[in-house]
Amino acid sequence: MQIYLPIAEVSVNAFLLLGLGGIVGILSGMFGVGGGFLMTPLLFFIGIPPVVAVATEANQIVASSFSGVLAHFRRRTVDIKMGMVLQVGGLIGAALGVVVFNYLKSLGQVDLLVTLCYVVFLGVVGTLMFIESLNAIFKSKRSGGARAPRRQRGWIHALPFKMRFRTSGLYISVIPPILVGVAVGILAAIMGVGGGFIMVPAMIYILGMPTKVVVGTSLFQIILVTAFTTMLHATTNYTVDIVLAVLLLIGGVIGAQIGTRIGVYLKAEQLRILLALMVILVCVKLGLDLLLMPSELYSLGAEGGH
Amino acid sequence: MIRSFALSLALACVASFASPTQAGEEEVVLGLSQDRVAITANFDGDEILIFGAVKRETPIPDGDPLQVIVAVSGPESAVNVRRKEKRLGIWVNTDSVLVDSAPSFYAIATSAPFGQVISDTEDLRYRVSIARAIRSVGAAMHIRGAQDFAEAVVRIRENEGLYSLRENTVAVDQQTLFRSAIEMPADLTEGEYTARILLTRGGKVVSSLETGIDVRKVGLERFLYALSREQPFIYGLMSLAIAIAAGWGASAAFRLLRNN
Repeated sequence: MQIYLPIAEVSVNAFLLLGLGGIVGILSGMFGVGGGFLMTPLLFFIGIPPVVAVATEANQIVASSFSGVLAHFRRRTVDIKMGMVLQVGGLIGAALGVVVFNYLKSLGQVDLLVTLCYVVFLGVVGTLMFIESLNAIFKSKRSGGARAPRRQRGWIHALPFKMRFRTSGLYISVIPPILVGVAVGILAAIMGVGGGFIMVPAMIYILGMPTKVVVGTSLFQIILVTAFTTMLHATTNYTVDIVLAVLLLIGGVIGAQIGTRIGVYLKAEQLRILLALMVILVCVKLGLDLLLMPSELYSLGAEGGH
Repeated sequence: MIRSFALSLALACVASFASPTQAGEEEVVLGLSQDRVAITANFDGDEILIFGAVKRETPIPDGDPLQVIVAVSGPESAVNVRRKEKRLGIWVNTDSVLVDSAPSFYAIATSAPFGQVISDTEDLRYRVSIARAIRSVGAAMHIRGAQDFAEAVVRIRENEGLYSLRENTVAVDQQTLFRSAIEMPADLTEGEYTARILLTRGGKVVSSLETGIDVRKVGLERFLYALSREQPFIYGLMSLAIAIAAGWGASAAFRLLRNN
């Protein structure tokens, strides 16, 4: 069944969109990532104009994250206090990110920089997570499931403005979470994603949060940041396609529910290694696009646009 | 299909247009199956039937047979064409050329192979062929192979099905009646499209006629498009509200399923 998208001005198969939404939704529920880093390139691939894809994706992430976070709320695996602190940073970051994005746009080559951003961040994050979770799996096998004690006695504990995060079982300064939020917010605005794939490892490795609350908390903070981004795109670029969003989010919210339930049956290390593999896969794909000779050297754009 | 047929019937504008008399004695009288295309939510392309007759006071002239060209073109706009080159091991956009004007859609149907229907000079004058329909006067001279950029526009849009030349698809009967069907793809942009009919003999244009086809979004498509432009804040809030409602709905539905 073909559907004509009013803003994107292309006609696409409705079931294809539902399916894409569903698959990305499952991953989103399992790993606590918005799925934007997967969905946005997929939308480019099926012929949605990039500006519409990025803006609409933000709206769809709101839906799948909201659906996912409700399931986590019931299991009490959301650290609301930590989420709030991260959001404060996230909004500052998103605003900064828009400024940076517009600056890069004025220089031209914004597409290239966005792709490079993707390759570098996905590559680094994916590789680090992969190595770490592989180590964790080996360790748990050797020592019969006993977990290595967390080494969180470094500089983070020397910082002022300490706050108690009961759900995470942490007593740390608010400065690192706010900085993490800012960094993710900047990336979210530049790369057009929720930033979960950066947020999740940052919460585990920098803040030392337990994996089981990380997913819910990440989803929780992604909602506000992507809602903010959606409004920004809708009011400045008019590029949010509501029909596209609805199709994607119908698949997405159902997928997220299934994903959250699959996630329960997997061990934290397994979950992390799967996410790492997926991140590396997307990174390799984007990297190859830069390195291999494209089949079409020319590309068309509107006047003044990119 | 049925819907499309009904639509063509409903809109069957038997409006005929008399062409301004040109030097010759032959004139086009034209009918369209529809003079507008409505883009609805499940729009998946359309077919416009273009038919007509040649009006003449004198007997059919001897010599070269009558040939017909039908060209439908979409609204024109400037296109920024970029070329990738390998720099430091990766492919990046380097040169760009602004093609001043290129139609968003361009379909030509002819009654014989293009070269036989119209001569090169007439093509230049009437801008009929796809390459001639694109204008790039301002192409920067310092860029190597500036012509390649205009060719790239044609190639890319041909691959997307937006530009097409279909020879031998206009049926001409008794040198008097002609008809052709132009396929409109699903990925149409809005705007005022024009249909041009050229009658030629021996490669020379003897008569031409132009008429408009209105391509518009209707119903829900129109409403959403207008809302996003005129009330972007409300549109944004509506998008978010739908997202939140869908997220909550799915969560609630799954909880019900699990409890049962």
